[in-house]
Amino acid sequence: MAHRAVRAQQLVALFVLGWLLFSYPLLSLFNIGGVVAGVPVLYAYLFGVWIALIVALILIVERRGD
Amino acid sequence: MPLGGLILLTSFAYLGILFGIAYYGDKRADAGRSIIANPYIYALSMAVYATSWTFYGSVGRAAASGVGFLPIYLGPTLMAALWWLVLRKMIRISKANRITSIADFIAARYGKSSLLGGLVTVIAVIGVIPYIALQLKAVSSSFVILLQYPAVVMPPKGQPVDLLQDTALYVALLLAAFTILFGTRHLDATERHEGMVAAVAFESLVKLLAFVAVGVFVTFGLYGGVGDLFQRAADLPNVDQLLRLGGSAGTYGSWASLIFLSMLSILFLPRQFQVSVVENVNENHVSKAIWLFPAYLLAINVFVLPIAFAGLMQFPAGQVDADTFVLTLPMAHGRGALALFVFIGGLSAATGMVIVETIALSTMICNDLVMPLLLRWKALALVTRKNLPRWLVGIRRGAIVILMMLGYAYYRIAGEAYALVAIGLVSFAAVAQFAPAMLGGMYWRHGTRGGALAGLTLGFALWAYTLLLPSFAKSGWLPIVFIEQGPFGIALLKPLALFGLTDLDDISHSMFWSMLFNVGGYVAVSLLGGQGLRDHAQALRFVDVFKHATRSASPWRGSASVQEVIALVGRFLGAQRAEQAFAAHAAQRGLESASALPPDADLVHFAENLLAGAIGTSSARVMLASVLKEEPLGMDEVLNILDEASQVIAYSHKLEQKSRQLEQASAELRAANERLKELDRLKDDFISTVTHELRTPLTSIRAFSEILHDDPRLELGKRAEFIQIIVKESERLTRLINQVLDLSKLESGSAEWHPSELDLKLVIADAVSTTSQVLLEHGAVLSLELPAQVPTVRADRDRLMQVLLNLISNAVKFCDRASGHITIGLQVLPHALRVDVRDNGAGIAPAQQEIIFEKFRQVGDTLTAKPQGTGLGLPISRRIVAHFGGRLWVESALGRGSTFSFTVPLEPR
Repeated sequence: MAHRAVRAQQLVALFVLGWLLFSYPLLSLFNIGGVVAGVPVLYAYLFGVWIALIVALILIVERRGD
Repeated sequence: MPLGGLILLTSFAYLGILFGIAYYGDKRADAGRSIIANPYIYALSMAVYATSWTFYGSVGRAAASGVGFLPIYLGPTLMAALWWLVLRKMIRISKANRITSIADFIAARYGKSSLLGGLVTVIAVIGVIPYIALQLKAVSSSFVILLQYPAVVMPPKGQPVDLLQDTALYVALLLAAFTILFGTRHLDATERHEGMVAAVAFESLVKLLAFVAVGVFVTFGLYGGVGDLFQRAADLPNVDQLLRLGGSAGTYGSWASLIFLSMLSILFLPRQFQVSVVENVNENHVSKAIWLFPAYLLAINVFVLPIAFAGLMQFPAGQVDADTFVLTLPMAHGRGALALFVFIGGLSAATGMVIVETIALSTMICNDLVMPLLLRWKALALVTRKNLPRWLVGIRRGAIVILMMLGYAYYRIAGEAYALVAIGLVSFAAVAQFAPAMLGGMYWRHGTRGGALAGLTLGFALWAYTLLLPSFAKSGWLPIVFIEQGPFGIALLKPLALFGLTDLDDISHSMFWSMLFNVGGYVAVSLLGGQGLRDHAQALRFVDVFKHATRSASPWRGSASVQEVIALVGRFLGAQRAEQAFAAHAAQRGLESASALPPDADLVHFAENLLAGAIGTSSARVMLASVLKEEPLGMDEVLNILDEASQVIAYSHKLEQKSRQLEQASAELRAANERLKELDRLKDDFISTVTHELRTPLTSIRAFSEILHDDPRLELGKRAEFIQIIVKESERLTRLINQVLDLSKLESGSAEWHPSELDLKLVIADAVSTTSQVLLEHGAVLSLELPAQVPTVRADRDRLMQVLLNLISNAVKFCDRASGHITIGLQVLPHALRVDVRDNGAGIAPAQQEIIFEKFRQVGDTLTAKPQGTGLGLPISRRIVAHFGGRLWVESALGRGSTFSFTVPLEPR
């Protein structure tokens, strides 16, 4: 039960983090021209954060022991 | 084979496969071996979120606004993180209450209100119909475009198509038939559709594969990878605006409001509620969906921007609609098979959405709009009809056809006016209006029915005014001046700039005003108004769903036999199913058969849940109430039962009180026991004391008698002395025995009394003269302080005399040896006469002043000093005085003499 409560809190924290990363002003830091490895910066940033969020979700949800 | 025939054949073959999957899924479900009971199917079925709007529209939006297509998918990704808290609670509540739709959920939360359920249904239907229209448009226009293969020609715009030649009409009819086959195949109107879920999951897979196939073809077939594509795209005009926010992508504000809007949509779109809550098999599947669903959205969006750029580069500007790039890019490069696959993918996206959405809406229309009305329609006497399941299914099928036709009508009239994306967002904003009532209902127990009604009504009105009416105006249904100048020329009421708010885009503007009034109305009315009893009961059930694992007995009083209840449920579910369900319920409760079930609240709740699965919670409530003659509940009763906390507190108060009473009683018992022991000890003491007191004189009498007997030559003087002693001791013995007898008579109340009118002065004088000899012997002086005249008292003269003699002889015994002085005083008090006998002896210590009134207790150490009396005088005196209604007490201090006082009331009792 304690595990579940901690997991719920981790998920909420991740939600808050994701909301911050996808909003002004953090978003504006990457709202610039140019490319990273051939991909436009903003596009790369949004998808990078998206992938990172999914990886974090997997780590939180799929951890054994509850 | 002509091309049209090939496309149709492929489409029908695909739909056939879908139907086969659905049929198999249903069959497996009936056999109890579900194929959808795993988290992967669950997550895939949730991908019904991605409709043809995603499949075709994302590229269109990306071509127009670059990364602006992304918030619609970032919102659900963020919301997925909260599913563990929110969605799981929704599932738990829905399962506990047999909730079958979002209208049912809201109606059930606010006291099973039919009105609220109907309102939610109306909002959902009005909000979602444009969205259905959008799917029809996508399928028909993709079909028309594909028909021109290998040429890429856009269908003509603005030209009226003959109704019978309109592809969209046939698409609508086909989808309606298909949905009826899927969703209402069974005659028993159950709430879950396992076969449909399996088919939808399969469709999700197909549309993803089709889209990714196009993406790979474009990115790696037409270009040398992502880097190459973006590099070439850099030459496009305005490409910088597509890759950055701010210009055409709108402000950060509308970016955030789109994320927020899509977060609410993923929870509250009727089709999302259907697949993620109603069709959920196991709530633990949610945990895998938390990451699988965002991963699906990511996969279907990765190639959106590359396809959009490729389309912009491949086709001359303005010739090909960007919404069709997914289909037209393979066509332009002669990839017929891929184009056909894309068409099937788009068909999957559209059919999946339409099937689930219309099933969800038809359930709502049937359970929350039509049934409550029909049930109240007494003339129809629906309850008594035998073929109710047929009625239910018929209503749902009718609703599906009507919904599809409404969608087609909307497409026909307004379809060309708006881009695909705009229509989708209008629908999103409509269902977002459910959020305050839903979320508030799940987490805030003071949210009331009135609040939900107010919030929903205001939110819906604002949404309609700021989004729906403008869309009508743009379609030409309303004069365009309505938008440009406001109604009646009032600029403050311009629907797209309400109250002068002009900084936001249409969607954000509408969201702001509708949410402000929705939340405001909900909270304000909830806080200002009262909550009904049933409302309150449901609020506790919803908010505390995780706390109450097992349902506590609900308050229900009514009269109904088990047979009546089973018969009622049987009319809706079919007699056989009802019998089975109740038999299973009886077995669960450890009873032999359904007829052994007690007709209690538990049974009614079970029946209500069964019915709710078929006809919705509010209808089930109406149903049972009409049949069961439910008696109204007393306010106190309900509050007592519902407010478990207060009940427990009251109970523990009672316990505390009881234990306090117990403690008190046991203390009293202990005290009584102590007192008994003390009395027992006193009795023993008394007997041994009496025996001792008797033996002392007896011993001396015997000793002197023996001397006299043994020695006859004893001289006469001695002889006389001894006999004198024997006589004295005998007298003492007699006195002692008399006193013991006297005391026991007094104590048992059998003493004889001879009351008469007395002058106390005379009694005192008599007593003094009687004791004058003793006073002389001790050399004590006695003085009297008597008033001239005293009123007479009624008392026994001899007894009063006995008291006075006792007090005087005591005073003589204990007064100062050398110059003894005794004073007898008499005073007239208002209601009594008071006699004081004062001596100038050693006095009595305060600790001993009460002891001397006990039997055989004398001041001083009785073991060493020779006792100076029998020790019974004062106890006897006190009893005598008490008998007359007076009081006997002593006032004394060591070295200052003692005063024994008693009173005799003037009015004897």
